Amino acid sequence: MKIDIILAGVGGQGILSIATIVGYAAVKRGMYMKQAEVHGMSQRGGDVQSHFRLSDHEIASDLIPMGKADMIISVEPMESLRYLPWLNPETGWLITNSKPFINIPNYPDVDKLNATLDGLKNKVVIDADKIASELGSARSANMVILGAASPYLQLPFEEIEAAVRENFARKGDDVVNTNIACLRAGREFAEKMK
Amino acid sequence: MAKTLFLGDEAVAQAALDAGLSGVYAYPGTPSTEITEFIQNSKQGREGQVHSIWAGNEKTAMESAIGMSYAGKRAMVCMKHVGLNVAADPFMNSSITGANGGLVVVVADDPSMHSSQDEQDSRFFGKFAMIPFYEPSNQQEAYDITYAAFEYSEKYHTPVLIRLTTRLSHSRAGVERKEARPQNPLHIEENPKQFILLPANARVHYRSLLGKQEAFENESLNSPFNKYIDGADKKMGIIASGIAYNYLMENFENHQCPYPVLKISQYPLPSKLIAKMVDECETVLVAEEGYPFIEEQVRGVLNRTGNIIGRLSGALPRDGELNPNLIAKALGLPDTYGMPVPELVVPRPPALCVGCPHIDSYLAINEAMAEHGKGKVFADIGCYTLGALPPYNAIYTTVDMGASITMAKGAADAGLRPVLAVIGDSTFTHSGMTSLLDCVYENTPVTVMILDNSTTGMTGGQDSHALGVLGEICKGLGVNEEHIHRITPLKKDHDANVELIKKELAYEGVSVIIPTRECIQTLSRRMKKQQAAKKANS
Repeated sequence: MKIDIILAGVGGQGILSIATIVGYAAVKRGMYMKQAEVHGMSQRGGDVQSHFRLSDHEIASDLIPMGKADMIISVEPMESLRYLPWLNPETGWLITNSKPFINIPNYPDVDKLNATLDGLKNKVVIDADKIASELGSARSANMVILGAASPYLQLPFEEIEAAVRENFARKGDDVVNTNIACLRAGREFAEKMK
Repeated sequence: MAKTLFLGDEAVAQAALDAGLSGVYAYPGTPSTEITEFIQNSKQGREGQVHSIWAGNEKTAMESAIGMSYAGKRAMVCMKHVGLNVAADPFMNSSITGANGGLVVVVADDPSMHSSQDEQDSRFFGKFAMIPFYEPSNQQEAYDITYAAFEYSEKYHTPVLIRLTTRLSHSRAGVERKEARPQNPLHIEENPKQFILLPANARVHYRSLLGKQEAFENESLNSPFNKYIDGADKKMGIIASGIAYNYLMENFENHQCPYPVLKISQYPLPSKLIAKMVDECETVLVAEEGYPFIEEQVRGVLNRTGNIIGRLSGALPRDGELNPNLIAKALGLPDTYGMPVPELVVPRPPALCVGCPHIDSYLAINEAMAEHGKGKVFADIGCYTLGALPPYNAIYTTVDMGASITMAKGAADAGLRPVLAVIGDSTFTHSGMTSLLDCVYENTPVTVMILDNSTTGMTGGQDSHALGVLGEICKGLGVNEEHIHRITPLKKDHDANVELIKKELAYEGVSVIIPTRECIQTLSRRMKKQQAAKKANS
């Protein structure tokens, strides 16, 4: 089994927390992992991406070859589209937050952006910010997105849940429970879309 | 032993600690910063009292490390590629002094210039200094090589260079650790003349370095990090160094390449293995991250046979990072591609953070400079380099650490008026102080703005050596006190700040204006910490 994921977003949005949790679950299963991150200048509000690879076998490249990614998981809709050249055009899934992060003057028209996302074959577009806010923690939008991606991750959901618990344990039960609720809400949304 | 997930940088740091490191010396620079930060945050480092405080610049870092090696202990110096230019003087001469305690120099190159002004390849410096150097291909090798590098350094009494590249520095994978060795005791070499590079001594030590070259090559020939992997199809042979080896192997099922592959991670180049490949294969593809360092040496300037291909021949791009797809194309394998990027996707360049003090400084600068026309603001390396982009378009130069002040000086010498230099607090202490001294010495008409955000911001908020003492430093360098001003870059002070800048621009001498307000990133982290501490106490 192998899962190649492009994580996408804008510097400062915290895309790496998703990788930390999935990575924890995968490594616990004894899988190999490689994760190429972006540090430095681009983190200042620019586009950021991470190549995140999991496999039962040793992984050679830190970068995913173009056209071979199984998933794009994005916390920002325009950013999700930037990495389409990496997504497997037949079998790849795009999971993205629908809430735009607008910090540039020429951000595209949101209706056109949504229409482009609609035109894709395999996608889950979810208003993660709204769902997370309703559940009491706007900052947990990433967990909603992870939940929405979870049906396509080939990892048992209990193990992802366990990893979320582990990741937030030191922040107390309230934080753990909110994040689990966000994760489940995201998953439920994606299941309904199937 | 169980594997731990490490960035390439962290693997280097952990290996150095396990190899009995006594001190790391570094100035922050992407993609090398995390090496030192890891040691600073490591329990093992604290317990071992491993020195890990940031140095003022790469040159002082390198010199401190040579000093620790002189005293018999193991030292590591870390920097980004352009940092090695700053450290080049002690680095080159350390090859002549040699090492006493293990001395390892780690340089992280940035091909594709993700966060840099050039993509220079530090392997040339390794060859230039004629010392052994390594180029790990993955995180485990980053660990194993760093551990081995200290042994190598002590075996041959030579500094050893490790070259990383961005993708390895900033990529995470599982790493198995070795047993931790104790640190060296304090021990001064019996023949301390080694470190007195008077010409008469230096000639002796240079010959000693020359005499070690054959042994260095033999080490490379027998290194576990260099491998000749035979393949049935001799139509092609592939020399792949560092991380390029991974991109090559990604293209083959179960990582089985049909062609012979020579994996290189240790230099000087093992010429026997290269000769074997060139002799038995029709064409040899050289895949290397960075400059065509190996390719150029193997094919020679005359390129008589034309059967060595790579970045020089055009089989691979001459610049930028490699990736699995580029190697596939060079091998004649089918290229893969997903879907095109939709047209509505626009670039999202990095930008100054909301609330950043530099924004207020640039707004004031732009207004004060408006009457003087374009091209008269010289800037430097840091977050404030983003002032080159819209909506500010405020600066006209960025070359190297400290160049703002001295370039402004040169332009003023040429007759340009008025000139303004913009430099950060940490960049100023890194390399700007001597530039300012040059201006003071000649009383050059230049206005220097030292943007004091009290941190090294671009690399993530490391301590700044000038914290609270910038004015004193400038005074000490001889700037007239009447022309040193601290201002607060805030909207409410905008008009007063503009007036002051205008006034100093009109002064035919050296002025220093220090807009002082903490970086918004470090401020918010500090506030969060304070809140958490309050919560814990209540």
